[in-house]
Amino acid sequence: MNRLKIILILILAGMLLTGCVSKQPVEVQPTKAPATVTLNGAGATFPYPLISKWSSEYNKIKPNVQINYQSVGSGAGIKQITERTVDFGASDAPLTEQEFANISGILQIPESIGAVVISYNLPGIKTGVKLSPDVVADIFLGKITKWNDPGIVSLNPDTQFPDKDIIVAHRSDGSGTTFVFSDYLSAVSPDWKSKVGKGKSVNWPVGLGGKGNEGVAGLLSQNPYSIGYIELAYAKLQNISYSYIRNKAGKFIEPTLETTANAAAGAALPAGDASWSKVSIVDAAGDNSYPISSFTYLLVYKDQTDQTKGKLLAEFLWWAVHDGQKYSSDLLYVPLPKDVISLNEKTIRLMNNNGQTLI
Amino acid sequence: MDRAKLSFFRIIRSKLSGDFIFEAVVGFFALCILFLAFLLFRELFIESGLSRNSFGLGFLTTSTWNPVSEVFGALPFIFGTLVSSFLALLIAVPFSLGIAIFLSELAPEKLRTPLSFIIELLAAIPSVIIGLWGIFILAPFIHDYLAPPLSTYLGFLPLFQGPMYGGLSMLTGGVILAIMIVPITSSVSREVIMTVPTHQREAAIALGATGWETTRIAVLPFARSGIFGAVILGFGRAIGETMAVTMVIGNSPRISESLFSPSYTMASVIANEFVEATSKLYISSLIEIGFLLLVISFIINIAARILVWKLLNVEGGGVT
Amino acid sequence: MKWNKRKIIDRVMSILTAACVVIAIIPLLSILYTVIINGISAVNLDFLTQIPKPVGEAGGGLGNAIQGTFIVVGIACLIGLPIGILAGVYLSEYGQNRFGRTVSFVADVLTGTPSIVAGMFGYTFIVLYFGSFSALAGGVALSVLMIPIVTRTTEESLRLVPGSIKEASLALGIPKWKTTLYIVLGTARSGIITGVLLSIARISGETAPLLFTSFGNMFWANGLDKPISTMPVQIYTYAITPFPDWHAKAWGGALILIILILILNIGVRFVTRRKYGM
Repeated sequence: MNRLKIILILILAGMLLTGCVSKQPVEVQPTKAPATVTLNGAGATFPYPLISKWSSEYNKIKPNVQINYQSVGSGAGIKQITERTVDFGASDAPLTEQEFANISGILQIPESIGAVVISYNLPGIKTGVKLSPDVVADIFLGKITKWNDPGIVSLNPDTQFPDKDIIVAHRSDGSGTTFVFSDYLSAVSPDWKSKVGKGKSVNWPVGLGGKGNEGVAGLLSQNPYSIGYIELAYAKLQNISYSYIRNKAGKFIEPTLETTANAAAGAALPAGDASWSKVSIVDAAGDNSYPISSFTYLLVYKDQTDQTKGKLLAEFLWWAVHDGQKYSSDLLYVPLPKDVISLNEKTIRLMNNNGQTLI
Repeated sequence: MDRAKLSFFRIIRSKLSGDFIFEAVVGFFALCILFLAFLLFRELFIESGLSRNSFGLGFLTTSTWNPVSEVFGALPFIFGTLVSSFLALLIAVPFSLGIAIFLSELAPEKLRTPLSFIIELLAAIPSVIIGLWGIFILAPFIHDYLAPPLSTYLGFLPLFQGPMYGGLSMLTGGVILAIMIVPITSSVSREVIMTVPTHQREAAIALGATGWETTRIAVLPFARSGIFGAVILGFGRAIGETMAVTMVIGNSPRISESLFSPSYTMASVIANEFVEATSKLYISSLIEIGFLLLVISFIINIAARILVWKLLNVEGGGVT
Repeated sequence: MKWNKRKIIDRVMSILTAACVVIAIIPLLSILYTVIINGISAVNLDFLTQIPKPVGEAGGGLGNAIQGTFIVVGIACLIGLPIGILAGVYLSEYGQNRFGRTVSFVADVLTGTPSIVAGMFGYTFIVLYFGSFSALAGGVALSVLMIPIVTRTTEESLRLVPGSIKEASLALGIPKWKTTLYIVLGTARSGIITGVLLSIARISGETAPLLFTSFGNMFWANGLDKPISTMPVQIYTYAITPFPDWHAKAWGGALILIILILILNIGVRFVTRRKYGM
């Protein structure tokens, strides 16, 4: 029975030892090398593939800085940065008036632009089903329930649609992607605006809930005859078909890096420390603009309480909006236009620690 | 005076004997248990205050869950939790009883321990892994092989109407819960059955009863309240289950008559939405749901333990 | 004829109840089979020793999640084992009074605490107080689940120690506290360890309490007051994505977790069998 005691003690010791062992490199390092600093972020699932790429590339340049990002949804990101349980938040939706009022001294820095696509899983039917704004609204309102509904068929006379029920998928968590999509639907459908409205979480009339862009994409891949809204990057990475939406100019537009960039061109943006609650590039004008586009934002405090962390954070943000942008296109994110980068530079320079600017 | 001081210290030392200190120390830790329960309730009660004051009892009967307009009602989740758990009971109880009877009365001696060990192994598998299996194996199975016949033959019942979205539904939630509560319900039932005194069985056998008849006449009626307690314990377990259910139930806060529709349970909505509830009222409402969950599962557990203890303590056995 | 009918019913019931057992085992076999088949292709040395790679890049593993699970469970043990075992000692040896019976009852009821509620408690109690997600918060949330189990199993194990042993010890003049500490605890050792190992197995697989306490980390653990990766949370995160290579990793993680838990469970049975010579 002594054996048992020994085994138990070994298990417990082993558990804690692994914790200590991993900390050792920090203590054993010579005093010249800086200790490893982790910058924790949480938020939108949309930029997750991009941020995780940045995290690994930046770690190669600066081995002592670890960017730990958890993709838990824009709503969660905003909450966590409000409570200061993370160093930066990420959201596809700008802060609402209410949220902006709740956090004093927050900076909103668009780090990328994305397109929300209407994806579907129709066996035998490829990407390119044409949909109009009212048809999309009616599907998500539950008014159009079958794939071979005249509304859909009339827009796509050359495609054979099955006589099957439409399985609608939406987000179950608080999502900037939801915000962008519901913002769009509110803009194009008075019915949607009055019944549901826009927000990071809305009262969906129909459909299944998935957690994160990943969850919805998962629902789409696993369920034939389903339809849902996800960011373009997720649709392409997973080979999920998506539709061409009719924009304000009346043209059916394919969501691409180019058409999304067109939607963001010339948008009037406020200063980084002001409220961005009115910023919206959905249903943008322009012949070749994709109608469901949006910026995605990183959220940091203007006044950083920790000098070391604040400096490293500011440096990372600077890198992200400059060098980091070269990784965007490969992962299907739209690189920031020059005027947005200049605006971000001004914003990052506002970051300070006790009045001393960090960059 | 010195002698008075000496005897004073001697008295203190004898009072502070090893026994006294030891009992005080372990008694303190026992008190910690009560303190833990108190803390749990207190924390959740206080944090749910905003929601309780805003919505009152209406929280339990409102079916709107709208973070945009900040109207929160827990009814869809209470419905989802109760229905999925009842469905789980409906499926699990007959099986659990059968297993308990087989393993305590009818099975050959040699098989009893290994078989009961295997059943309990199911309880050891983490919920998230069962959920993983549920998404990729169980849900498609139910969608492809269970739903169509139910729809064809029993489709006149509103229970089985409507489309099933790829297997993510109330029905799948109920089935996965059933799988998870069979171990505890059957093992507690088995313990209860084993406490029935042998003379009851012997009397029945002496009168010429068969194995099954002995069980039916002499054992089951005696163990009735204990078995009922085991069932309630299973119900309590089903109500609090989070991960496996979240992964297969569809996460849709709507009340529907059909088992094929997706649903949403109290534990699932907390798991999905807690980290991101931005407004104070939203957070408070989620905490209130957590508080309700705690209270409901406590009441159920208390009822179950009373029923089971009555039987087991009589015979001096223990409950795991 | 009546006699035959009764015999037939008896037979039928035997078969039916046996069938219940067989049917109940089918999901278990299916789960184990699926986990093994899908997980084995994902598990290799890299998987066990590397941290995750970004989406779309091959390779990487769950090394940090395995480490994190050990750390968080270790913290839970540090908090939960002393409280649980000592409380169990009190209940068994000194608890024959109203206080003791109340505590025992409350502990029993606490074993049914929903795991998500334990997580909520960890969040409001530790995360908000310290201002960040942490391994500590995860450990505290898990200990909430661990304490009642360990308390009750310790109490039950100690109760099984025959009174004659205690009386013999007391008759020899050994004070009660020494009797309890050395003799009684020593005799009940394997039962207590069984309870401890089973509770460790149980909390190692818990996900809900960790979702918003230990949170998650893409890198190796670097502090008990920082977020940390754990296996159940990582498996869940990968499972709900649409990326097939991450699904494969989820199965791999599931395989390792199940092996760990099965070793604990089977090891426990093996030990108790030897002690009681069955």
